[in-house]
Amino acid sequence: MRKPLSLFAPTLATLVLLLAAGCDKENKTIKIATQSPLSGAMSVIGSDIKSGTQLAIDQLGGPLTKMGYKVELAPFDDQGNPDTGVANAKNIVSDPAVLGVVGHYNSGVQIPSSEEYHAANLCNVSPANTNPKVTERGYAEINRVCGRDDVQGAVGAQFAKSKGIKTAYVLHDKTAYGQGIAEYFKKEAETQGMKVVGFAGTEEKANFDAILSPIIAAKPECIYFGGMFDQAAVLYKQARQKGFKGMCLSDDGFDSPDAAKIAGDALMQGAGTYFSTVSGPASVYPDAAKFVTDFKAKFNNNPQPFAAQSYDCTAILLKAIENAITANGGKLPARADVGKAVRALQNFKGVTGTYTFNAKGDPTTGKYFVIQVTSPDPASWATNKIDQTLSIAPPK
Amino acid sequence: MRHFMGSVNLRQILMPIGQMAIFVTGAGVLCSAVMLVLALLFRGSGADQVLQATQGVGILTYTLNSLPQVLIDGVTIGFVYAAIALGYTMVYGVLQFINFAHSEIFAIGAFCGVESLIALNGLGVLAKASAMGSFLYLGLALVIGMAASGGMAVLVERVAYRPLRSSPTLIALISAIGVSFALQDIIRLVESMTSGQFYRVIPTFGNFDERITLFRIGSKIIDIQVKSVVVILAAVVMLVALNYLVGSTKVGKAIRAVSQDKNTAALMGINVNAMISLTFLVGGSLGGAAGVLYALKFTRIDPFVGFMPGIKAFAAAVLGGIGNLTGALLGGMVLGMIESFAGAYLGTYTMGSFGAEYKDMVAFLILILVIVFRPNGLLGEQVSQKA
Repeated sequence: MRKPLSLFAPTLATLVLLLAAGCDKENKTIKIATQSPLSGAMSVIGSDIKSGTQLAIDQLGGPLTKMGYKVELAPFDDQGNPDTGVANAKNIVSDPAVLGVVGHYNSGVQIPSSEEYHAANLCNVSPANTNPKVTERGYAEINRVCGRDDVQGAVGAQFAKSKGIKTAYVLHDKTAYGQGIAEYFKKEAETQGMKVVGFAGTEEKANFDAILSPIIAAKPECIYFGGMFDQAAVLYKQARQKGFKGMCLSDDGFDSPDAAKIAGDALMQGAGTYFSTVSGPASVYPDAAKFVTDFKAKFNNNPQPFAAQSYDCTAILLKAIENAITANGGKLPARADVGKAVRALQNFKGVTGTYTFNAKGDPTTGKYFVIQVTSPDPASWATNKIDQTLSIAPPK
Repeated sequence: MRHFMGSVNLRQILMPIGQMAIFVTGAGVLCSAVMLVLALLFRGSGADQVLQATQGVGILTYTLNSLPQVLIDGVTIGFVYAAIALGYTMVYGVLQFINFAHSEIFAIGAFCGVESLIALNGLGVLAKASAMGSFLYLGLALVIGMAASGGMAVLVERVAYRPLRSSPTLIALISAIGVSFALQDIIRLVESMTSGQFYRVIPTFGNFDERITLFRIGSKIIDIQVKSVVVILAAVVMLVALNYLVGSTKVGKAIRAVSQDKNTAALMGINVNAMISLTFLVGGSLGGAAGVLYALKFTRIDPFVGFMPGIKAFAAAVLGGIGNLTGALLGGMVLGMIESFAGAYLGTYTMGSFGAEYKDMVAFLILILVIVFRPNGLLGEQVSQKA
């Protein structure tokens, strides 16, 4: 048994050396990874986070190609699941060619996954994660282009107040995102003098009978749901069937045409359905028209919410990598330098706005919208009416 | 005709209906009584004061006001659980193992039923259907769901359980868990290849969403949705038919013989494999019908839709005494009722510190209590009735 073993060791060593040499030759490739749900309930949005990034790499990878680098997309499916996200993150950081991550869709997935990015100094620009904790940890390489839930929850409460709502029942999905925003909504609603007649969390996805009984009994003028459309839309539909006539109000997790597919006419009934969001439909951004046309031409589909933001996240990463390469004399920069280059960008002009990041990684002004659902047809989701548009700086 | 009437054992039809009526009223009255006692005890408590402040009613009035709706919700979901639980309990009765893939059999029924309704809707026939027609189309969807689920259950038994029949039941159990995951992903795969959708939403048709007024108390109207009535009636008909099949037919006798002793049954000339397949067919199609009814009631399904109802129906089967048909019915009713009550009142009574999200915890806690004191379940001793 000895001989084969003694032969095995040098063979292995040679293999490792060969592999290392192989990697050395390939380091002219730069990868941008995406992490978003590509399968399952939220894949409609998640796939377009990937597609937006793909489009940006195709259109804006030119300067890097001229420098002799090849830019590639490395898409990962986080399934909207924290465990999968972290496992993917470990894979991503172990690939030295990856210099930036665009993602995630869910804050509850981004927060644990970004711990891995942080440990490896890998730069992450998020198109959609609104939980304050995403940037409040003060990590130098974690950024986002969207607003924050502490502001968004308050925007929702102020909107309800402006529509004359006096009582609200607040529900959430018990995730970092949903519970977070529901608490901010509740706090602001009480500050505004509204009565919060109930506050509860639920992971239920089908049978809301039991949850709705106390809500119907409490007769609130508004049901606020902090969480994703796949629960909210079913809840609203069943609430209408039980005779709820008030306003349905939710957050940017509601922003998906699947919500209309699930709830249909129920969204039009009573006092209507509204949601706050950090990402207006691509059509509201004056510079996004070309993006929409190009996106349609390439993917044969209207861009979903957050596709344009993902395009911008990628644009920011590509620009930062380009700057870092220039600063490094044409050689591939360290990961940490990419993060620094992102923060160093001033007034970067993307299709959804002009971005400068503060010391935490928040954009210096965040845009917030309140949107009214105007059609039960999923195909008309992009034409929903924008009720309010606000620009608010992140809290200090 | 005379001959047929003569051969139908009326007792076998009336008895299960009577049982159901007793279980429904029993579970309802018991839960309501407990709730009213609690309401009296909670008068003057913090929860009472909160209610007075926010809604201007005391806790007793509040409880009484929502009681009818809570009971109706409990009965509806109870019947769905019962229909699924029968699948678990029948298989357990015959093979003494838990068919964990039953929750996915349920999901397959839901998907096939909903897909056929979506297809009909695409053809435009649903929108034009009369009230009678819409019931016929729903019936068609039910039959399609039942056929798909029954067929799949038989196939699963043939492929994944029969080769393992001589090995310890634990092995078959693991196989069942594997089948359960495989079926989930097969639904996902088929849906993503055909419709490209994750959710399927049952089309709106007929008058199923309308509400029928049951009675009035003062200015308060107690009403029930047409689809809840449909769910309850369909479940009752299926349960009676099953009871008749198992209790009063020759095949039923054969199934019972197989469940008591496979070897002796084989010696008596009973085709054991065929009877086991039949058990899966019947249990599976009940699960499939429950799936379509579930989709009708809660409107939206996804490939993982079977998990929660499946696990609860399994709990219901254990609660009633697994292997016992009447037990599954009782267990489903009790579990549905407890869940409905816990969900509706927990949040109010604990002033929001335990919300509706803990309803399953309460239901399962009671399950544990029952199992501690009656390890064989509520009706566990009546082995003679086991299928």
